[in-house]
Amino acid sequence: MALTRIPNATELVASGFVARRKLLSRVMSVLLFISAALSVFVTTAIVVILVSESWDFFAQVSIIDFLTGTMWTPVFANPQFGVLPLLLATLQTAALAMIIAVPMGLLMSIYLSEYANPKVREIMKPALELLEAVPTVVYGYFALLVMTPFLQKFIPGLAGINLLVPGIILGIMILPYVVSVSEDAMRAVPNGLREGAYALGMSKWQVALRVVVPGAFSGITAAFILGMSRAVGETMILAIAAGQNPNLTFDPREGAATITAYIVQVSLGDLPHGSLAYSTIFSTGLVLFIMTLGFNLAGFYLRKRFREAY
Amino acid sequence: MTTLRSIITAAILSTTLGTAATAREVVTIDGSSTVFPISEAFAEEFQIETRIRVTVGLSGTGGGFKKFCRGETDFTGASRPIREGELQDCSENGVEFIELPIAMDALANVVHKDNDWAQCMTVDELRRMWEPEAQGKINNWNQIRDTFPDAPLRLFGAGVDSGTYDYYTFALTGVEHYSRGDFTATEDDNVTVQGVSSDRYAFGFLGLAYLDENRSRLRAVDVKQDDGSCVGPSVETARDGSYQPLSRPLFMYVNASALDRPAVQAYADYMMDPENGIFLVDEVGYVPLPEEAFEMGRAKIKARKTGSYFDGGSEVGVRIEDLLAIE
Repeated sequence: MALTRIPNATELVASGFVARRKLLSRVMSVLLFISAALSVFVTTAIVVILVSESWDFFAQVSIIDFLTGTMWTPVFANPQFGVLPLLLATLQTAALAMIIAVPMGLLMSIYLSEYANPKVREIMKPALELLEAVPTVVYGYFALLVMTPFLQKFIPGLAGINLLVPGIILGIMILPYVVSVSEDAMRAVPNGLREGAYALGMSKWQVALRVVVPGAFSGITAAFILGMSRAVGETMILAIAAGQNPNLTFDPREGAATITAYIVQVSLGDLPHGSLAYSTIFSTGLVLFIMTLGFNLAGFYLRKRFREAY
Repeated sequence: MTTLRSIITAAILSTTLGTAATAREVVTIDGSSTVFPISEAFAEEFQIETRIRVTVGLSGTGGGFKKFCRGETDFTGASRPIREGELQDCSENGVEFIELPIAMDALANVVHKDNDWAQCMTVDELRRMWEPEAQGKINNWNQIRDTFPDAPLRLFGAGVDSGTYDYYTFALTGVEHYSRGDFTATEDDNVTVQGVSSDRYAFGFLGLAYLDENRSRLRAVDVKQDDGSCVGPSVETARDGSYQPLSRPLFMYVNASALDRPAVQAYADYMMDPENGIFLVDEVGYVPLPEEAFEMGRAKIKARKTGSYFDGGSEVGVRIEDLLAIE
């Protein structure tokens, strides 16, 4: 029985094995490049479509009217194209969400990273991440049918459809994203720093607040920016619980349509393709896109600015 | 063309279903999405009983008439009477039709159950509330009537793609699709129910079916009639025509020559049988016609009384009996 011999280099080249390997590796790297490029391509395609479709819109509606008008009624008898009511509602709900999510998220991640013993964390973190699995339509009806009637007992003048409740629910919805990322960032702070601080006589709370949080600042910021982008782009909760009335208001007790709620409402109907009302889908979508892009850029800058390398 | 199409469709269907090769008759229905639930309910029951195939589309009233007047469909549902232009299309293509009311619908103006001021409103007040000129201006109850409270007026209503919105705006302003845009417009009437029932200062409009389901949470506002009486929306007032201008008949138009086909005739008879009609219409949430109306409808079919009662224009204040008169 002949032992199989390991072929030498010349034999390998001659048999075409090396050429095949080289080819395979080329093919693989091209395939990998294509899949990576696909995401860039999709993003570019979205931008191109948003901009080109909005182009038709801005050819007919001046950009000044669009940005400064206070009424938004594109599909009605007296069409007005002022995006401010939608924009203001979007920003208000996102801000409310952050008012809930920032302190709660920070406290929760500090607890999970610094205080909780491993057993508790093993139960709490997955439980929190389960919140991610709740469909947003469920959150929407929860806001509309449970939270709003409950809060109406305490908050005078709270309308049945309002910005306040979906804002709060939105904050709860983004909590898992925020906590998960910022807790990871806190845990990545090297233990040596904590031990050094304890050695200097700091209490646990001081260590958490003055060492861990500043040390993980860039990661925490990234977590909140991510949450903010998510809140701005959220659709179902707002379409259900914040209503579809383009209402220019600073009072979160009133209902108002956000950009996403408007888009989903008008896309459900049968707007003739190419009409001005149809192109509002893209012009408002562009505004939304620019907003989230702005948040992400800000997050990128903050991360670089406060990055602590260990 | 129609027969050819139906034979082909039937042939394909019978092949796919693996039944005998003999072509099965097909009855084609299209038209209004408001009437669709009724047609669908009829079609379902009818198919079970007769094994005649019925296809029901929902192209909207306008889209339905387009196909109907080209002779492509046997029936078309409509949430308003046929229009002048559609009448012309039909006559150009030699399509004669019989106009059959199949149900009544009433639109209800609704407020919160604790709203104790808006009891009876005039059409004029409603128009001032909803017309395009109100956009951004009429935002307070006391702008509607001096004695109403100084409180924000929050409006809810059907979305612009619904026949409900079309008819409501038509009834108030005389022009379909003519209203303000700064209200909560939704295609889902449950949103209106929720919005109005949770807000003391809200005002909305809905189909009667939704009001009846939610009488414990909503209150309907009476509408002041020309004779000064206040009438609220209900099955009775919709039926006897006393609730104006917000009650409307729903129609089924049938192609007169298609009635020569036994399947179409059978379906028309089925629809005009009060035993089916009253029960099914009630079940899908509309106001059934009075029993006499079915009798008159059958007589109208039998006499092949073609044409529209309306002469190509919408009218408010029509009684069912007028529509069905053969003379």
